[in-house]
Amino acid sequence: MSDLRHLYQEVIFDHNRSPRNYGELATSNRRAEGYNPLCGDHVVVVLRLTDDGVIEDLRFQGRGCAISTASASIMTETIKGLTVKEVDDYFEAFHRLAQGKNPEAGLELTKLEVLSGVRDYPSRVKCATLAWHTVRSALHETGKTATTE
Amino acid sequence: MNPAQTHPASTLCPLDVESVRGDFPALHQTVNGRPLVYLDSGASAQKPEQVIDAMQAYEREDHANVHRGVHTLSQRATDAFEGAREKVRRFLNAGSVKEIVFTRGTTEAINLVAQSYGRTRLGSSDEVLVSEMEHHANIVPWQLLCEQTGATLKVVPFDDNGELVMAKFEELLSSRTRIVAITHVSNTLGTVNPVQPIVRMAHAAGAVVLIDGAQAVPHSAIDLQVLDCDFYAFSGHKLYGPTGMGVLYGKEALLDAMPPWQGGGDMIKTVRFSGTTYNDLPYKFEAGTPHIAGAIGLGAAIDYVSELGMDRIEAHVHGLLDFATARAEQVSGMRIFGSVPGKAGILSFEFQGIHAHDLGTILDHEGVAIRTGHHCAMPVMEHYAVPATARATFALYNTMAEIDSLYAAIDKAREIFRT
Repeated sequence: MSDLRHLYQEVIFDHNRSPRNYGELATSNRRAEGYNPLCGDHVVVVLRLTDDGVIEDLRFQGRGCAISTASASIMTETIKGLTVKEVDDYFEAFHRLAQGKNPEAGLELTKLEVLSGVRDYPSRVKCATLAWHTVRSALHETGKTATTE
Repeated sequence: MNPAQTHPASTLCPLDVESVRGDFPALHQTVNGRPLVYLDSGASAQKPEQVIDAMQAYEREDHANVHRGVHTLSQRATDAFEGAREKVRRFLNAGSVKEIVFTRGTTEAINLVAQSYGRTRLGSSDEVLVSEMEHHANIVPWQLLCEQTGATLKVVPFDDNGELVMAKFEELLSSRTRIVAITHVSNTLGTVNPVQPIVRMAHAAGAVVLIDGAQAVPHSAIDLQVLDCDFYAFSGHKLYGPTGMGVLYGKEALLDAMPPWQGGGDMIKTVRFSGTTYNDLPYKFEAGTPHIAGAIGLGAAIDYVSELGMDRIEAHVHGLLDFATARAEQVSGMRIFGSVPGKAGILSFEFQGIHAHDLGTILDHEGVAIRTGHHCAMPVMEHYAVPATARATFALYNTMAEIDSLYAAIDKAREIFRT
């Protein structure tokens, strides 16, 4: 049970039950949709980006497993107020964390660490990274539905 | 025989499951420190030693190309390969081995019919009729065909119990309907569709009928003479045989009139740059060197289930399903999709508050393998407005004790999620 508890930490249940920054944003200028065809997880991220490239506010909505919902919720808390460049750096660092690779020096992933359990479950890594792919798609305006492929 | 109308006789001598389990090496292992409980045979079943041995014996001793050489090994390979075709014919009660085309699986068989039969015959005023409960393999080939020919795809809905709405079928069936493509058993809901009346009505309307038998063939005996459908497709690996191996049955007159689908060796009689003549049935539809070991493995799988008896297998699986369904009714928050009487051994479900994937991960941790996701039937998910379901499927080697393990694992998941 120990490694299951590592995957399903209390913080994850907390975010799954009451996701933060969930819903619509009254004024937004970026929006992207993420979809994982393998499991049907679906997430929409809307955000307001300032002219200086700072995420002023953001929300997410969607349906997914506990891992994907908690990851999206924690992500919104993590990146609010960050620049596009900073989000890209977090994305890279989080991606490494989820895949069980050594962290790069310099970036504090504190909150995101609770999701590190997915590294032992290869089929679940995509659940944790979907929201991140989606927000990147919103920030870089690819216009395509984000996938984890 | 319509499986829905087959009531397993109580006089049947029950399967000796413990002895059957001894034939399946993959079942005897631990997963995450627990004995494996394999409840995903609907996706792909495990193989008995008899199938593995037959394939290995061929690879070790008899391998050569088929229909080619005069040498001994080629003759042995050809005999075994064509022997497997005869086993399939007998198993389905088809009229002739000319009607048994080997394919990579159900999917390829359906694509073959869509492209060879459909593409040459359909036009913009024609319709193809499928059901809402189809596997993607019996939707997308027809969508492609409709794009190519301008024909229209019509969809027969099912009700919330998972039963096909036959009144709607009758309403949608018309002189414009050229092809009816329907699953015999739903891979998600377990529903056994009334294929015999469907075939009868479709024929009266002038349409041909293709039946997707991927889930039906492992479930109960199939008699194509009674069924009278025009095409029937199934896969080897759901029948305890190998992957990459499937069958398309087609009525001889139809197959004979259809153009080849893929070109290459084995499907020709003569090749000249001035023109090529095609081989006889079924070889016309088998371009290239086939999956010889696959055919032999499928033949061995057919021998295996035939020896056990399809009626006994069906009775055993019905017993497991009844037990699992009764247990489910005692679990609060568990919702079952598909409750049509006489359904096959498929239990799709969801839990309030636990996503199917989380459930799948926790069950796997307890050694219980189930399928989670959309089961390649996204329209079914849409019908119930769920993104995914969990699905346990029961096979000839599963036991009541394994169903106890399933529910113990479900309890564990609920404990972790505190639902």
